[in-house]
Amino acid sequence: MSVQQPNTFRAGPDESGHFGIYGGRFVAETLMPLILDLEQAYAQARKDPSFQKDMDSYSKHYIGRPSPLYFAERMTQHLRGAKIYFKREELNHTGAHKVNNVLGQILLARRMGKKRIIAETGAGMHGVATATLCARFGLPCVVYMGAVDVERQKPNVFRMKMLGAEVRPVEAGSKTLKDAMNEALRDWVTNVEDTFYCIGTVAGPHPYPMMVRDFQSIIGRETREQMQEAEGRLPDSLIACIGGGSNAMGLFHPFLDDTQIEIYGVEAAGHGLLTGLHAASIAGGRPGVLHGNRTYLLMDDDGQIKDAHSISAGLDYPGIGPEHAWLHDIKRVQYLSATDDEALKAFQLCSQLEGIIPALEPAHALARVMDLAPKKPKDHLMVINLSGRGDKDLDSVAQHLGGGLK
Amino acid sequence: MTTRIDRRFAGLKIEGRAALVTFLTAGDPDYATSLAILKNLPAAGADVIELGMPFTDPMADGPAIQASSQRALKGGQTLKKTLELIREFRKGDNDTPIVLMGYYNPIYIYGVDRFLVDAKATGVDGLIVVDLPPEEDTELCLPALKAGLNFIRLATPTTDDKRLPAVLANTSGFVYYVSITGITGTAAPNAARVNDAVARIKRHTSLPVAVGFGVRDAARARAIAEGADGVVVGSALIDALRETLDKDGKATGATVKAVTNLVASLAEGVRSVRRVAAE
Repeated sequence: MSVQQPNTFRAGPDESGHFGIYGGRFVAETLMPLILDLEQAYAQARKDPSFQKDMDSYSKHYIGRPSPLYFAERMTQHLRGAKIYFKREELNHTGAHKVNNVLGQILLARRMGKKRIIAETGAGMHGVATATLCARFGLPCVVYMGAVDVERQKPNVFRMKMLGAEVRPVEAGSKTLKDAMNEALRDWVTNVEDTFYCIGTVAGPHPYPMMVRDFQSIIGRETREQMQEAEGRLPDSLIACIGGGSNAMGLFHPFLDDTQIEIYGVEAAGHGLLTGLHAASIAGGRPGVLHGNRTYLLMDDDGQIKDAHSISAGLDYPGIGPEHAWLHDIKRVQYLSATDDEALKAFQLCSQLEGIIPALEPAHALARVMDLAPKKPKDHLMVINLSGRGDKDLDSVAQHLGGGLK
Repeated sequence: MTTRIDRRFAGLKIEGRAALVTFLTAGDPDYATSLAILKNLPAAGADVIELGMPFTDPMADGPAIQASSQRALKGGQTLKKTLELIREFRKGDNDTPIVLMGYYNPIYIYGVDRFLVDAKATGVDGLIVVDLPPEEDTELCLPALKAGLNFIRLATPTTDDKRLPAVLANTSGFVYYVSITGITGTAAPNAARVNDAVARIKRHTSLPVAVGFGVRDAARARAIAEGADGVVVGSALIDALRETLDKDGKATGATVKAVTNLVASLAEGVRSVRRVAAE
């Protein structure tokens, strides 16, 4: 474990899993030995060249990495400012960045001799990625998904089933991602012997926020190299959407110490921050403890967790990864937000200008690109993480725009 | 310093029997009914009272306690009202130990220091906070001990001999052995295995060991009382409460009585086992 060093933003977490006051290991005693085991297994794997070799090989031949860094010429012309690049994570196998992390965790689960995989999912992209790798390695897979999300992300539910996973709809609470995570934790606490919990984002108890970040950091590492190749220098700004924040952390982390680079995370503002119906835990929440970590959470004055609201099931979570909470407090990253309507507009604009239908999640980041880019000079290099593709969202977008799929 | 919990277990040791520890969610299904039940518990045979602090996301709890939390929250229960409930109860009972049980976030938001002062002042004796393992002791455990409250830790089947000393280090009052890996109110533990586990914990500590998770009736309570210093019953009481509610989830004339009767029957089971004081 590395010790927090001065003059770097990349040394966290500390040995007890904290990023400043955030993070930690707030779990029931039953899970504590499992989390300590996982921490140890991961520490060994990350030092083992054969683990890295497997990661690299599957990343290339199975996921299709590296994902391109694409110059979005028409969007750049349209916005008349910064030169906009898309990091094309939507081109990965399974259609989103989620698979980067799942590959790492499933290879780790195999090393640990675990026989059964569980996962939570919101939009279903993490569930699909988990079901995919479980199919590839012949592991039984159970995915917990809020009943509301099962309804609004039907194509992904079908994909998971086709891949042989069992999808368990969660009827408790708000029936979305947070409740799916509760239910996955209940499963894990019950099946401690053989089960590996594959968390989909940079949240949960230590070591998950660190481990998921490490697996996703391939996004930022590739971006550095690709931008050097394309422009002979590093980008000037980075922008990504944030639910739990794994695609953002993956892009940001390798750049955190390049302090001249502006970094923006975009939360989901739902119907608008003032309506209270949103999923922006930094803009509208405060520090609290849930799902194994301390971080910004949406809650009431009694510490009861509030339901999040977003058109995007992948952002519909009342918390955010603890490292983001820390990066916000120390002001290394600026956290903005975009409403449902703004995301819908950006969704259409991107589709029509670039011939790329983005997922609703990165459409939130695109919405902020639309007002940040025009204010920048023409030699400003802006990278947005296009973290997923929009096929899964076509039905719900059609309904919001009126008329449905015709 | 001794708390009501220490005194109660010491007294029961002399009596040569195990404690019946009852769990109910504060404010389930409403404040007045909850208070009425609470007031009846000691006479019905509860030796230690655990009161759940309702939380929206009870990650270690099964459907029964999840639903009871939801009912209590819907009925307007807050941590402040839970402390009020105890203050009311203490007007008529200054002996029965009360342990608050729940999750950390409501306490964190209430403010740890303020919470400890208010809890002590209202007559709370101990805390069980499910999502605060020893690794997070600086959050609440150490301040609570300093404030004169017991901090009761959960030990589980996954807590091996290597880890037990860490779990027991800052534990006081009693140790709560979670007899299964799983959530509350689901599987029933095998009594022989539970007794082995209790004996294992007792090799590491002189604290009383209470056993919970999966105890549903007098027979099971009796079997657990053979080896443990306390038997915790929660989901079964909450099920009994729920069965009396009307279709809107409101209390009926049968609610208080149903819980009280089950407590009396469980107490009979626990008290039927006389033990020689072990040492």
